[in-house]
Amino acid sequence: MKIAIASGKGGTGKTTLATALAQAAAQPVQLLDCDVEEPNAHIFVKPQWTNHKDATIAIPVLDTTRCTNCGKCGELCQFNAIVTIANQTMIFSDLCHSCGGCVLVCPEKALQEQPKTIGYIDTGHSGEITFIKGTLVIGEAMSPPVIRQVKKTAAADQLTIIDCPPGTSCPMMTAVNGSDFVLLVTEPTPFGLHDLKLAVETLRSMDIPFAVVVNRAGCGDDKVDHYCRNEQISLLLQIKDDRRVATAYSRGDGLLSALPELATQLRSLLTEIEKRINQAQGQTQGGGTQ
Amino acid sequence: MKIAISTTGNTLDAAIDPRFGRAARFLIYDLDDKTFTLVENEQNLNAAQGAGIQAAKIIADNEAKAIISGQCGPKAFKILSAAGITIYPCDAGSVAEAIELYTAGALQPAKDATVEGHWV
Repeated sequence: MKIAIASGKGGTGKTTLATALAQAAAQPVQLLDCDVEEPNAHIFVKPQWTNHKDATIAIPVLDTTRCTNCGKCGELCQFNAIVTIANQTMIFSDLCHSCGGCVLVCPEKALQEQPKTIGYIDTGHSGEITFIKGTLVIGEAMSPPVIRQVKKTAAADQLTIIDCPPGTSCPMMTAVNGSDFVLLVTEPTPFGLHDLKLAVETLRSMDIPFAVVVNRAGCGDDKVDHYCRNEQISLLLQIKDDRRVATAYSRGDGLLSALPELATQLRSLLTEIEKRINQAQGQTQGGGTQ
Repeated sequence: MKIAISTTGNTLDAAIDPRFGRAARFLIYDLDDKTFTLVENEQNLNAAQGAGIQAAKIIADNEAKAIISGQCGPKAFKILSAAGITIYPCDAGSVAEAIELYTAGALQPAKDATVEGHWV
């Protein structure tokens, strides 16, 4: 079972909820920090690190002794990462999306793909949690390849909780892609609602079942509740606005250290999600009970 | 010899486009017979990335030996330099004024990119 914790707006509590869910699970669980531009779930999980590896992408390297500057590679490249000009072919690797097209189209076999490190994947353990963190190297622009490599590092058949990057663009979509269920964390504010709507639109277009969790409930207005009711979106959990959570957070302690009584609710949430996934799968298989 | 000027209009009286990679179009001016042609840059205007790279290719493919524009980023600078094209940053009002300044030798060639690279 793969559950992604996403949001439109940043800072709504994705990491807070993802780490608390993993800690409350009371079973072996994988927690993936896919917010690779600013991974911070490890602060709350405090894992013992056991593995470190590079996250790489393939970029073309030119053999100038073979290249005839015919320009076919540059004509093919949709990202302007390679150009032939005045009898010189130049590669701009930071624009490359690793499609490999230039290598295929080169009639002289002058281009070869070589790995370039753009990030790191770290694995660690804390209690029953297997923690996998992706980190994008500062200055690199493309996080989706690192996110994909974090997900690939995880075992397929275990309860998996994915802490996603904020927003609704490629990094968020890469992180939620392939999940069985998404929890959208929002806050009861105009900003929270605005970006929640964008996230809902994104998940509907991706056809992934989801529900909403309201964090800091009581700090704003009730427009998120109204929106969810009108759109027939389940609001599965409200986490009260509580100063103790912020105090714990500032010390690097998670939600459950401030509000341990939430653990029961979080376990019920996991059970509810599992039920909904099974129902959805039953429907797609054309089954369902009489 | 030909020179290129980034412009928002279609005539010599038109304004210089201060953008290079995302200029509306380029006016290619022939200094010998004092005629010009226009080359559209629409594809790069809407490119997600690498607009400067392709704009530099347009200048080279049109055999201009100099480009007069507002700004030039690091990737375009690299290509233009490799192609032996001189870059003249210029804040003149019109294309005609820029050509006048160029022929009078009043423009200073850029020794490096004038702005940082950027993502859209």
